[in-house]
Amino acid sequence: MPETPSPQPGSLSRDEVAHLSSLARIALSDDELDHFASELSVILDSVASISGVASDDTPPTSHALPLVNVFREDRVTASLTQDEALSGAPASEQGRFSVPRILGDEQ
Amino acid sequence: MSDLTRLSAAEAAHALAAGSVTSVALTEAALGRIAAVDGEVAAFLHLDAEGALAQAAASDDRRAEGAPASELDGVPIAVKDVLATSGLPTTCGSKILQGWVPPYDATVVAKLKAAGLPILGKTNMDEFAMGSSTEHSAYGPTRNPWDLTRIPGGSGGGSAAAVASYEAPLAIGTDTGGSIRQPASVTGTVGMKPTYGGVSRYGLVAMANSLDQVGPVTRTVLDAALLHDVVGGHDPLDSTSIAQPWASMAQAAREGAGADLTGLRIGVIKELGGEGYQPGVQQAFAEACDLLVGAGAEIVEVSCPNFVHALATYYLIMPCEASSNLAKFDAMRYGLRVVPDGDPSAEDVMRATREAGFGAEVKRRIILGTYALSSGYYDAYYGQAQKVRTLIARDFEAAFGAADVLVSPTAPTTAFKLGEKLDDPLAMYLNDLATIPANLAGVPGLSLPSGLAAEDGLPAGFQILAPALADDRCYRVGAALEALLTREWGGPLLDRCPELSTALSPEGAR
Repeated sequence: MPETPSPQPGSLSRDEVAHLSSLARIALSDDELDHFASELSVILDSVASISGVASDDTPPTSHALPLVNVFREDRVTASLTQDEALSGAPASEQGRFSVPRILGDEQ
Repeated sequence: MSDLTRLSAAEAAHALAAGSVTSVALTEAALGRIAAVDGEVAAFLHLDAEGALAQAAASDDRRAEGAPASELDGVPIAVKDVLATSGLPTTCGSKILQGWVPPYDATVVAKLKAAGLPILGKTNMDEFAMGSSTEHSAYGPTRNPWDLTRIPGGSGGGSAAAVASYEAPLAIGTDTGGSIRQPASVTGTVGMKPTYGGVSRYGLVAMANSLDQVGPVTRTVLDAALLHDVVGGHDPLDSTSIAQPWASMAQAAREGAGADLTGLRIGVIKELGGEGYQPGVQQAFAEACDLLVGAGAEIVEVSCPNFVHALATYYLIMPCEASSNLAKFDAMRYGLRVVPDGDPSAEDVMRATREAGFGAEVKRRIILGTYALSSGYYDAYYGQAQKVRTLIARDFEAAFGAADVLVSPTAPTTAFKLGEKLDDPLAMYLNDLATIPANLAGVPGLSLPSGLAAEDGLPAGFQILAPALADDRCYRVGAALEALLTREWGGPLLDRCPELSTALSPEGAR
């Protein structure tokens, strides 16, 4: 894990937004890039206030009641049929999801 | 019988049990009201008149055989469009799911069907439940029945407006940061966010899965409790579902109405009031507190110092979880697929689809979450926010040591004008100031009307928070306060809502 940089409030540049939108697989227009860069900087600035509020030894919380691993019984139950699973697919072929080519993108 | 749409769910259930009304008549009345007023209110995205009437006829058969499936068997309901309904479109207010018909029911929907409640249709919402006004719906905003130029709250503004305008006696909402309670507050209705894990999230399209919770949207506290009893309880299909028996919420509400409150300690949260809260909202809140004192309750002031960090904590956790949850909309298995020109790769298709299918607020939150979760920032943002949640939960714990329930205004203001805050995300986020702490700690919260704000004559909300698992306490105290306020007003607050003009349709004259 890389060293944690301290958040730089209001520092999200247009290029960074473009990079993030690429990571999030959302194409953005030039207008949207400009707009989001300034809006997101304002939001980041306002949420940066929580840094340093909790001490390092504070445990994290994600549920009102602490739950440990939840397992179900190992038993066959009803599930979607192939037709049901494919019912919302933009394209399907021979009982399978049909997708565009997956190779060729620069990573 | 006079206008069936004005009956509460409890009254309708009583009339059904007595045989003085049929489910078909109730359902037709609701559909007629929707035909008459929903052109203006726009609470519904999809209607299922045929399905609802078939369910109603089946309910009448059960009642005729003396075998109702539940107390609410035959009482029609509206469902927020974020819950999967087999055979009925589920869009989440988004273009990316336009026309999608799920092949399965959410557990909550399955429970409604098993209990015999005819489903009228799906209600409007901010896209993927992201917003406080329904203005982020890809299908246009819902309007507040109290003033059609104003917002009905959000994200569940459709459900709240549907019950406020008598289109349905009951509705289902979801609450991630206040999406059940804030709409209830600004429409003069009742909404409950149960303890996290109290109601199944299976089939609920997740925004922030550690905060989301399904709950009732109604006109009375008892109706909310009755509906809570139908949808609540353990579900093996939701691994965060709490596996333990629950008290009857309806019984708590019935016992609470008109009860003596002697010995009840009510904690007023110092941090949820004052600056930023509209004077009329604070005044209605204070007067409601006085009524509780008059009934024997003791008011104590409690301080929850970490609540000032709740909004920032929420606006880190929620986008982080939303960006992960919404990654599944990839144009491959369901929903929209936009294919750019040329020989596009799967990734090109994803980028183009998500650009076209998501609205601005959804994109904003996904990008924010992607940033806060990226390598090197995770500990500083998401990790830190999860720790502040612990501090907020500890504040609740300390406060519940001094008081049985905690109270505050539900939302800082009454309903604002459509468009007023649309271009200012931060101003929009402030609507959830008082509701967010309950989501972060997972505790239950109920909102009921406290009165009309003096300066604008619009409804304000009163929030009652209880410790985790003590949802029944919200209903007990809520029903007591509702009874006191109704006596004070000489009738329900909604009686003062201006009449909506009804469209000139044959059903409208029903």
